[in-house]
Amino acid sequence: MIEVQNLTKYYGDFIAIENVSFEAKRGEVVGFLGPNAAGKTTTMRIITGFMPPSAGTVRVAGYDIQTHSIEARRQVGYLPETTPLYTDISVRDYLDFMGGLRGMAPARRRTRIDYVIQRMRLEEYAHTLIGRLSKGYRQRVGIAQAVLHEPEVLILDEPTIGIDPVQVVETRELIKSLGKEHTVVLSTHILPEVSQICERVVVINEGHIVAVDRPENLSVRLRGTEQVKVEVRGPARDVSARIRRIQGVREVTQRDGASGASVYTLECDPGSNIREELASAIVQQGWGLLGLQAVTMSLEDIFLKLTTHEDEAKPQ
Amino acid sequence: MTNTLLIARKELRTYFGSPIAYVIMAAFLAFTGLLFIDSLSTPFREASLRGFFVGESFGGLLGQTINAAFVLLLLGPVLTMRLLAEESKLGTIELLLTAPVRDFEVVMGKFLAGLAILGMLLVMTLYYPLLLLIFGNPDIGPLIAGYAGLLLLGGLFLAVGLFASSLSTSQIASVVIGLIILLMFWFINQASNFFRGTPEFVFEFVSPRTHFTNFARGIVDTQSIIYYIALTAIFLFFTVRSLETRRWR
Ligand SMILES: Nc1ncnc2c1ncn2[C@@H]1O[C@H](COP(=O)(O)OP(=O)(O)OP(=O)(O)O)[C@@H](O)[C@H]1O
Ligand SMILES: [Mg+2]
Repeated sequence: MIEVQNLTKYYGDFIAIENVSFEAKRGEVVGFLGPNAAGKTTTMRIITGFMPPSAGTVRVAGYDIQTHSIEARRQVGYLPETTPLYTDISVRDYLDFMGGLRGMAPARRRTRIDYVIQRMRLEEYAHTLIGRLSKGYRQRVGIAQAVLHEPEVLILDEPTIGIDPVQVVETRELIKSLGKEHTVVLSTHILPEVSQICERVVVINEGHIVAVDRPENLSVRLRGTEQVKVEVRGPARDVSARIRRIQGVREVTQRDGASGASVYTLECDPGSNIREELASAIVQQGWGLLGLQAVTMSLEDIFLKLTTHEDEAKPQ
Repeated sequence: MTNTLLIARKELRTYFGSPIAYVIMAAFLAFTGLLFIDSLSTPFREASLRGFFVGESFGGLLGQTINAAFVLLLLGPVLTMRLLAEESKLGTIELLLTAPVRDFEVVMGKFLAGLAILGMLLVMTLYYPLLLLIFGNPDIGPLIAGYAGLLLLGGLFLAVGLFASSLSTSQIASVVIGLIILLMFWFINQASNFFRGTPEFVFEFVSPRTHFTNFARGIVDTQSIIYYIALTAIFLFFTVRSLETRRWR
């Protein structure tokens, strides 16, 4: 649905993004993750045809955004970063205008406007001038116009910024449900959002893609090991020695836990899956097994690792 | 075409949702009303709108300067200042230019909205000729030609104003740029006084003012019509290009 190939963008002499390539398939929600000034907005502006790239190509639903711009743009719903809206027009009139520009017939426009107004909980403000709405409601109008024409491709630049928690949950659900049949690319700084709604993450830093993967795979790929935490009551030295003998365990660190037990952190080979063997070994020795857990790296850790130790991560 | 009309309709709605359209209408009526009264205030005047169209009663350079055309020149850039500058300022241009709409449809839509307001302005002044028709016996030809001239001239002013509005995000700046371009064009025929032969002719021809004088006399010259339409088209084309280069900035 979206094919981004070797995008490079210069602002004057400054390189905002360089050789950015990724793909998003139909029915996929792709999260675009990166610190401030990484180049997320720049990339999205190029995908939507607002700016041309300095080099590289973008294809949306098979149409090149530069040579078949209108056809490509027809497939896209876009929420720009700053949620720009006309201020002196009512919510309903605005949606009607945007629907018209996207070539929706009047009858379909009406039913869809009713639907998105209800879906984004905007009923009360349907006839209010947009300039008088609060920030969160403006954001809702922005999302409403992006999904209004049921586009094949949705590009959302930080969609849930400024919305209250209840509506955030609903908006994420909306994006997720849209992502079933459409293609969604969204940028965000909110890491739990990524693990909740994105099937794939593109991590970008200083204009370069540093990782593309499923959120849960990223942790293994990055660390190169799997981590297991186990809490055992028993003689610390013996326990450590026994754990070390299990196939696949590379390293064990011990730390005192609550009520005489110890917590052991195991670094294991990827894919070794030692938890069953570990549990039975401890129980056979007659020690008390208090807890056993595979540790996945939190997205925050991954993010920090990727963007602060760029050299350690391998772009895909 | 649908896109153009959609954009024009939205712009008109915005015009009447803000004071700007009313202020411009009031200003235009006030100024032209004065011109009208002034040109008829002495006894035994000829029943015509020459004072309104080209301004004659003040006499001298000023008399030739202050007229309906010049008031339009001053108001044109004010009418168009918002059209593109505000889109850039608010950032709404990002959604407009990523919608499946061609740049020239955007420009034409905005231009049409301005033209519609201009049409309303001119219709509102129709009571001047109406009064003349009721109380006098004016020559119809110059009246019709004069109004046609004002429409063509106004269209040109709007195109220049729209171009100026595409150049910056500041509405004030776009008014200033628009006025500079228009005043240059307007008074360029003065330069013809310093030349003989071809340059004299060129300076006369390039100024929209020269052509308008003919219209006010009731002379409709195809050359003048082509001049106005071509110059308007050129400025609209510049505006489209300016939008395109904005993408490259
Ligand atoms: N119009 C512009 N002219 C010059 N430089 C720009 C322009 N737009 C962006 N940049 C620069 O390009 C870089 C990438 O900016 P971009 O807006 O794409 O970052 P981002 O990943 O969206 O950041 P954020 O998370 O803060 O939104 C930044 O260093 C920014 O200063
Ligand atoms: Mg951004």
